[in-house]
Amino acid sequence: MTRRERTVDVLVVGAGPAGLGAGAELAASGAGHVEILEREQTAGGIPRHCFHGGFGAGRIGGGAIGPVYARQCVAAAVRAGATLRTSVTVTGWAGPRTLDTTGPTGLERITARAVVLATGARERPRSARLVPGTRPPGVYTTGELQQAVHLFRQRIGTRAVVIGNEPVSHAAADTLRVAGLDVIALVTDQPPSPLPAAPVRARHRTPRLTHATVTGLTGRERLTGVSLRHRDGRTTTLPCDTVVFTGDWIPDHELARRGGATLDPGTRGPAYDASYRTLATGVFAVGNLLHGVESAGTAAAEGRAVAASVLRHLAADPWPTGRPALAVDAPLEWIAPNLVALDGSRPLHDRFTLRTGRRLLRPILVVGQDGHVLHRERLLLPAVPNRSFRLRGDWLDRVDPHGGTVRITVH
Amino acid sequence: MTPTITATGALAHRLPDGDGDATTYDVTVIGAGVVGTAVARELARYRLRTALIDGSDDIGNGTSKANTAILHTGFDAVPGSLEARLVRDGQRRLAAYAAVTGIPVERVGALLVAWDEEQLAALPALAAKAERNDYHAARIIEAGELRAREPHLGPGALGALEIPDESIICPWTTPLAYATQAVRAGVHLHLNCRVRHIDSGQDVHTLTTTRGPLRTRYLINVAGLYADELDRQLGHDAFTVTPRRGQLIVFDKLARDLVDHILLPVPTAAGKGVLVAPTVFGNVLLGPTAEELDDKTATGSSADGLALLREKGRRILPGLLDEEVTAVYAGLRAATGHEDYRIRAYPDQRYVAVGGIRSTGLTASMAIAAYVTELLAGTGLDLGTPTELPPLVMPQLGEAFPRPYRRAELIAADPAYGTLVCHCERVSAGEIRDALTSTIPARSKDGLRRRTRAGGGRCQGFYCGAAVRALIEEARP
Ligand SMILES: Cc1cc2nc3c(=O)[nH]c(=O)nc-3n(C[C@H](O)[C@H](O)[C@H](O)COP(=O)(O)OP(=O)(O)OC[C@H]3O[C@@H](n4cnc5c(N)ncnc54)[C@H](O)[C@@H]3O)c2cc1C
Ligand SMILES: Cc1cc2nc3c(=O)[nH]c(=O)nc-3n(C[C@H](O)[C@H](O)[C@H](O)COP(=O)(O)OP(=O)(O)OC[C@H]3O[C@@H](n4cnc5c(N)ncnc54)[C@H](O)[C@@H]3O)c2cc1C
Repeated sequence: MTRRERTVDVLVVGAGPAGLGAGAELAASGAGHVEILEREQTAGGIPRHCFHGGFGAGRIGGGAIGPVYARQCVAAAVRAGATLRTSVTVTGWAGPRTLDTTGPTGLERITARAVVLATGARERPRSARLVPGTRPPGVYTTGELQQAVHLFRQRIGTRAVVIGNEPVSHAAADTLRVAGLDVIALVTDQPPSPLPAAPVRARHRTPRLTHATVTGLTGRERLTGVSLRHRDGRTTTLPCDTVVFTGDWIPDHELARRGGATLDPGTRGPAYDASYRTLATGVFAVGNLLHGVESAGTAAAEGRAVAASVLRHLAADPWPTGRPALAVDAPLEWIAPNLVALDGSRPLHDRFTLRTGRRLLRPILVVGQDGHVLHRERLLLPAVPNRSFRLRGDWLDRVDPHGGTVRITVH
Repeated sequence: MTPTITATGALAHRLPDGDGDATTYDVTVIGAGVVGTAVARELARYRLRTALIDGSDDIGNGTSKANTAILHTGFDAVPGSLEARLVRDGQRRLAAYAAVTGIPVERVGALLVAWDEEQLAALPALAAKAERNDYHAARIIEAGELRAREPHLGPGALGALEIPDESIICPWTTPLAYATQAVRAGVHLHLNCRVRHIDSGQDVHTLTTTRGPLRTRYLINVAGLYADELDRQLGHDAFTVTPRRGQLIVFDKLARDLVDHILLPVPTAAGKGVLVAPTVFGNVLLGPTAEELDDKTATGSSADGLALLREKGRRILPGLLDEEVTAVYAGLRAATGHEDYRIRAYPDQRYVAVGGIRSTGLTASMAIAAYVTELLAGTGLDLGTPTELPPLVMPQLGEAFPRPYRRAELIAADPAYGTLVCHCERVSAGEIRDALTSTIPARSKDGLRRRTRAGGGRCQGFYCGAAVRALIEEARP
């Protein structure tokens, strides 16, 4: 086997907003030879096929449409001097900071002084959600749907059902309408949301079926229906030829895991601290790989923020060991970052990100370690499933570096 | 010779012309599953005008696409049965064929794990049964050795019977290799060609198909779940196929390190039970269930079935349940109520029925084909002398073998093999192009997946689904 062997200073895997943000900032701050590898033929990550606004301008309204934002991220990284290579897939590890790649120009083995993983997240497909029934065509995730409609202009179908109730679910419904389908229902197993729907959504009166569980798919040559069980035990079948399974994110953690970056049990992304350091020496992680899905702006900001930590590492800062973990108790699902940095670094905007599995009305979050309460905080807004909420980080300096797991519970 | 493969239009126009009776085949094989394609491949060695027909739009689209993909030793077959003989013979033939053809096979070995005293006590009898099936390498191992060899096994395993030669195989490359060799050697393949009615005249059978009539002197019925219905058309009442559904869960490749062997339960009266096995694609399988149904199309999965599998899987390999699920599928075994195959020749009708190829047909396929060809000769057809078929090398789909994305020389010669389209399964544009233009080209996403693995990975199309569909549409004539 002949692999071209090379060395670089920093290798960034994935050219989405996070990887491009990291590459741009690192190149600009003199990290040396910074190379970003992207397996797709075009860099930019998920925003390449998000043909709606809202990118790069906070969470609500404004901002560019996805493809424009993606191009801006690419341009910024290249302008800063990072080497961006597309159609190059990282296929595995040959050493602690040595990666094997495949591309049309051949096989390589690249050793870096620091590796930044920015491989993103995807939606769980129907199979991973264990939705029983037949396996007909017409079943999508939002990722596949958006590419089919916006990048390939493929024909989808006529009547669609969207499963999920996250921002991405509405993006899926919008894409279906653009493609000329009737969106007959948005289905969620969650209770009705007491929050008013976002104003942009109001013009589309898609019936929202809450407290409804998908129990199966029917159809053989083509999908014919989605079967549901309602809270009162009633079962119905929605006739449709298209169904989109949205949300329910899973970080693309294969590379991280194979490289020894142990996962956090909550996020299913690599465990990491506020300096984006994983449990594998010299391996950093940023963006959606860390925590299901956040906005592209957050991913990019994490990418830029990792640069300072990488520079410290390149300047021979020792990799921490024995960092206490952060863990949540149900109904909380996860917290990120989920390792205590020990060097005093604080998470982005001095806030931790959390998710809950069940709606919580003005909960009190309690942070404790080994029986001591470190912090208490009452949230001013309800916490709802599939949307992140934040916890202040100013209690971090009270953590005992030699103590046990820091637990976050709800009172 | 350009292979004859048709999927549309009336058959009459496609029949071989030339001398003699231009519109009649010598032999027609109904059903292009793993058994039918094996039979066609065997017949391709003789100077016969042979047709292989299937109601579906691809070969291997019935039970053959949805099994547990184990190349059995036959250690637990009913001693003395036809099945026992053909499984043993088939295992040897297919292992040898796979080695030269590039069908992925991994000899991982099986462990029949005893979870209680009663099961432990049953192991010696199973070892003795293996002996009677002419399998001599079975060995009982103690709990300590078992744990050392399968450290992730759930608590409570007391011992196991080791079958070192049980192997895993690619269920999709196998029938594709058979069919490819058959059509290259001149067998006509007609797809989308369902047989509705059979008229058996003095010298020829006339098959009424969804693509018009087809005439054939000899007939071989390898129609899987529907073999009984065709058999009745010929006036027999020899067997009834009742589908026995097996649902399976495919776990992510990251689960592969949890298991080294095929982990079998100790069989009970209720059947072979639920196993955990690696796949040649680098995943882990959990299944199958065994459900008696009466609907021959019921290949869907059910909530109960999946719950049962998860419960069993948690006991066998607790860590498995924490891993992501890649796919869920179900296959239907052709059970007949008999503990054996139902293969029989009717010389006066120039007809061979191949029924009840239950849960071992992949393994036994080549042996069944040889046996059927023998029976056919016994019905009076002069086969002539066999020739060697030109060798065939299939695209490599096995994770344990160098696939194109890891082959520098291949990529240097053709960069398309270095351009990955399906990221989860690392399938290159070159492989997809090849599958869309091969002897028996892929016509659908499913067909392409079975030829390349494209779209069959953990994301199930989130990343590559649209791109793969675009490539298929581009290739459509
Ligand atoms: C349907 C949808 C709608 C959205 N809408 C919005 C919105 O309106 N506003 C907003 O702010 N955010 C939105 N988001 C979220 C936003 O897209 C993500 O937060 C952002 O893309 C995350 O950036 P990332 O760099 O972490 O990951 P990604 O954008 O997923 O990029 C990861 C990159 O890594 C590459 N990669 C992975 N593995 C390898 C490997 N082994 N080798 C080489 N390359 C690899 C991938 O190909 C990919 O390009 C949306 C997301 C989706 C899915
Ligand atoms: C869950 C499960 C697990 C299994 N595990 C294993 C295993 O580990 N190892 C092993 O060796 N075997 C295994 N098997 C068994 C194996 O899959 C089958 O024995 C084998 O696939 C049968 O092949 P076949 O060609 O007889 O049938 P099929 O593959 O069903 O082919 C029959 C074909 O006939 C066609 N057909 C039917 N009626 C007509 C008609 N009227 N006109 C035209 N065409 C028609 C169908 O379209 C179909 O393609 C398993 C089976 C199941 C269900």
